[in-house]
Amino acid sequence: MLIPCPFCGPRDLGEFSVLGAARARPVVAVADLDGEAAVAAFAAYVYERENPAGPQAEHWFHGAGCQHWLTVVRDTRTHAILSVTSAGTDEAAQSLEAAQGAAPEAAP
Amino acid sequence: MTGHRLPAGGLVDRARPIPFRFDGRPLTGLAGDTLASALLANGVSVVGRSFKYHRPRGLLGAGQEEPNALMEIGTGARREPNVKATTVELHAGLEAASQNRWPSLRFDLMAVNGLMKPVFAAGFYYKTFMWPARFWETVYEPLIRRAAGLGRASGLPDPDRDAHATLHCDLLVVGAGPAGLMAALAAGRAGARVVLAEEDVRLGGRLLAEKVSLDDADGPAFAATVAAELAALPTVTVLTRTGVSSVHDGGLWLALERHAGPDGGPATAGPRHTLWTIVARRAVAAAGAVERPLVFAGNDRPGVMLAGAVSTYLHRHAVAAGRRAVVATATDAGWVLARDLLAAGVSVAAVVDTRQAAPTGFEAVAAATRVVTGAALAGTRGRPALTGVDVVADSRTIRLDADLLAVSGGFNPSIQLMSHLGDRPAYDPALGAYRMAGPVAGIRAAGAANGAYDLAACLRDGAAAAQAALADLGLTAALPDLPATDPTPVGAAAAYWTPKAPGKASAAFVDLQHDVTAADVTLAHQEGYRSAEHLKRYTTLGMATDQGRTATVDGLAIMAALTGRSLAETGAPIARPPVVPLPIGALAGPRRGAAFRPVRLTPVHGFAEERKAVFLDSGAWKRPQWYPLPGETDWLTTVNREVAAVRAGVGVTDVSTLGKIEIEGPDAGAFLDKVYANRPSRIPVGRSRYGLMLREDGFVLDDGTVTRFSETRFLASVSTAHAAAVYRHMLFCRQVLWPSLDVSVVAVSDAWAQLAIAGPLSPAVVAALLDDGRPITAETFPPMAAAELTVLGGVKARLAAVSFSGERAFELAVPASVGDRLIRQVMAVGAPHGIVAYGTEAMGVMRVEKGHPAAAELNGQTTAHDLGLHRLLARDKDHVGRVLSARPGLTDPGRPRLVGLKPVDPAARLRAGAHVIPAGASATAANDQGWISSAVWSPTLGHAIALAFVTHGPDRMGETVRAWDGIRGTDIPVVIVPPAFVDPEGARVRV
Ligand SMILES: [Zn+2]
Repeated sequence: MLIPCPFCGPRDLGEFSVLGAARARPVVAVADLDGEAAVAAFAAYVYERENPAGPQAEHWFHGAGCQHWLTVVRDTRTHAILSVTSAGTDEAAQSLEAAQGAAPEAAP
Repeated sequence: MTGHRLPAGGLVDRARPIPFRFDGRPLTGLAGDTLASALLANGVSVVGRSFKYHRPRGLLGAGQEEPNALMEIGTGARREPNVKATTVELHAGLEAASQNRWPSLRFDLMAVNGLMKPVFAAGFYYKTFMWPARFWETVYEPLIRRAAGLGRASGLPDPDRDAHATLHCDLLVVGAGPAGLMAALAAGRAGARVVLAEEDVRLGGRLLAEKVSLDDADGPAFAATVAAELAALPTVTVLTRTGVSSVHDGGLWLALERHAGPDGGPATAGPRHTLWTIVARRAVAAAGAVERPLVFAGNDRPGVMLAGAVSTYLHRHAVAAGRRAVVATATDAGWVLARDLLAAGVSVAAVVDTRQAAPTGFEAVAAATRVVTGAALAGTRGRPALTGVDVVADSRTIRLDADLLAVSGGFNPSIQLMSHLGDRPAYDPALGAYRMAGPVAGIRAAGAANGAYDLAACLRDGAAAAQAALADLGLTAALPDLPATDPTPVGAAAAYWTPKAPGKASAAFVDLQHDVTAADVTLAHQEGYRSAEHLKRYTTLGMATDQGRTATVDGLAIMAALTGRSLAETGAPIARPPVVPLPIGALAGPRRGAAFRPVRLTPVHGFAEERKAVFLDSGAWKRPQWYPLPGETDWLTTVNREVAAVRAGVGVTDVSTLGKIEIEGPDAGAFLDKVYANRPSRIPVGRSRYGLMLREDGFVLDDGTVTRFSETRFLASVSTAHAAAVYRHMLFCRQVLWPSLDVSVVAVSDAWAQLAIAGPLSPAVVAALLDDGRPITAETFPPMAAAELTVLGGVKARLAAVSFSGERAFELAVPASVGDRLIRQVMAVGAPHGIVAYGTEAMGVMRVEKGHPAAAELNGQTTAHDLGLHRLLARDKDHVGRVLSARPGLTDPGRPRLVGLKPVDPAARLRAGAHVIPAGASATAANDQGWISSAVWSPTLGHAIALAFVTHGPDRMGETVRAWDGIRGTDIPVVIVPPAFVDPEGARVRV
């Protein structure tokens, strides 16, 4: 399977590693770091998975290539790659929103 | 069955006889034969014994569908088991042996298994051998393996090599029959990049196996013309002897090419196979169709063959499969064969049609032979091979004498590849078969694989599929002019599924390779295993090496009849890779032996090798484990000497494998404060500090030192084991979590050779190495000092006074290319001080003596609290793991926490992995209070010591517990002590 890296072009799957679903890390004021809300937000960030049957934004690392982290929107049913953008950019944030907007049905 | 060579015809070279051996017997075939056709030409009727019942079996097919003729090919280390004789090109010196028989093919003692049929019936894996459990390994499995084994692997190292290679194309065409040829031609003429993969040695498929005309050419001549044009097209790659095995996500295909020498035998030079990865934007699956056998009692007797296979042997190899044939058919295909057999001078005793009326167009055949319509097969006679066939029609049994029974129950399109991505074929009632409707993931079935059995339709379908595929890609292909052909009267099958005649269902075989009978399908139905997937697994129907090509649909049809459901409702199981068997060696390819995975050597490897170091595999690294001196015969003596030398004097070890990451930029300090749980931003320039990294879930990720060389430039040293993961993590933090920070993160691990110089005499050695001659004392270069300077006359270097051993120590790094020179210089200037080279084992002993955690302690399940490092955690900033590390569950003092253990008996040895159990308690999971993570013999203290994680450990100093090791059978009283065994005050690093 080839992944179209925005920096390197289409490259073999074996050059990449996947971290999992791409979510935004909670932003918490220093004063609130020990609050219950902070723990709840980070627990959700670390442990809770949507596991959609459909498009999902994921973080992939092109370790054997440009060493960029990428935001890959992938259909979990077909493994079709719908978009690949440089993670941490505005473009990636948009693709993340678009994937969530696709309202995938939850897996059983 | 008395097969024999016909005097004329065929695609064999009568001027080139080929000698070969079968079960040691010398035989002769012709160039152009397969092993199967040569055996048939020699009158060999029994080619193997069946899997469970050891029944004699003959050839059924002529290609990958063959279930019976599995052979061991070759001898010695090159002996390859379970090879279908129908797929082996005959070549001089070929040694073939039948399988699964003892002592001989004709007289098989294991045939008594046939008397044990009830034992081996459907589900026997799950029922007969379930109890008692220990019988499985000792009795049942050896019994089954001996009785029901397939071929034997050679058991010797593979003397051949296989290659891996990749091709990219616009269109992959699988199969070079009429449809595949037209697809490749249409696309190739349009200038598309085409790969045409054909399993056979020559192109043509059924064009080589049937009597057809295309304009003025016969099948082989037409195929040769197209092959010549394809060979001349610049964008077309034709792979023969190449079986396409699987398709994967994103248009990635695997195909196995067998390399042959000039005579079709194994290649004598170069690789034996190439495993191709073919990346195709679109594909046409033109793999043809497989004929269905008929299911009736005695249908496995040698001499019962598929009609299409008989046709292949007749037309391609000029071999008549028998002298007196009965053709039993559910379609017009049998009539075509009867016509061709008669034309070749083979006697045809009868054409038996399951349909009520003979088809039109075969009046000449009907005039030349007996015709029985509305008929069913009741049984067969002959031992071991066929001598007669019993047919029932109008309630009368007709006994026919015959040595060949050619059967045709219709065709199954070969669409296995198209279900590899999870798509299920659907039943097409008009076709009487399962097919894949419409393209799947850019793959189009074409020709017989798409149900187009008529030759003209087949040619047209292939070209149209290529045209449509190219249109997807925005390319335009014209349809080639198609030749005029006679109509091919095969038609769709009037499905003939179940034995209608009286006959024992237990002798009516559905899956010949796995010995699954109609009775087994009935039993599965009775016991509730009725879905396509359940039927397959319960009976093993279709799970053999032929992937049920001839079996699956017949089995499903019997099940459908039993359940009263249609075949559409019954559904077909999904085929899974590989479609053609792949040798493990081909999957491994060049990745074997020393090339199994990459090996990383440090810049000072040559030095260590010269000194006869024993190397340790640490990930991909080879690290010197210890350096034995002449006369040292046991590793502990060597390690004890190395430790003592460092503690008393000075030693040098290679720490080049440590991960080295440079962090530079105006926000470098702020960035490190995010990544580390402590505060690297407060490190003064020219100093190193211990640093602790957490994962976001609050557990420890890694530790190491951080050194600051300027306001904006840091160097992080991370553990060997986690070097790649930590770098990836830092890039994630930099690119994804905090992209606005102005900082660069670069891994420089391989760019630097790094040595640790440790021991009370190390300052003098280090001072002697430096170009600037600066003094190295506790005042001028105290512990945790760091500097960039030069050594070896102008070579840039990095020096940091960090210690892992607990001794006064330094880490000195130079560019990797200079590493070898540096260690030799270290040994030279250290010689007057008695310097020794020491390995990872001595380093490990010293770090345990000092209580430093390493990989065994940072195992991903331990927290800063567990390790006693919680005072390092900065509370007043956000960093990775900050919030979740404060959870009560991660700071619970009842968690197993790091302590030292020493044995009550100083002579006792401790081993990592032992459980910590309270004194006097029984060794149960409920009483398990922790484990030993690292254990060494301490030459400094003269007894064993260990690091362990123990519940409430730091609160239990002085308590005696037990190190219980159920694996090694030891139970040793130990005392809980602080983890720092040697110099707990840290005085020694300050000399
Ligand atoms: Zn890239």
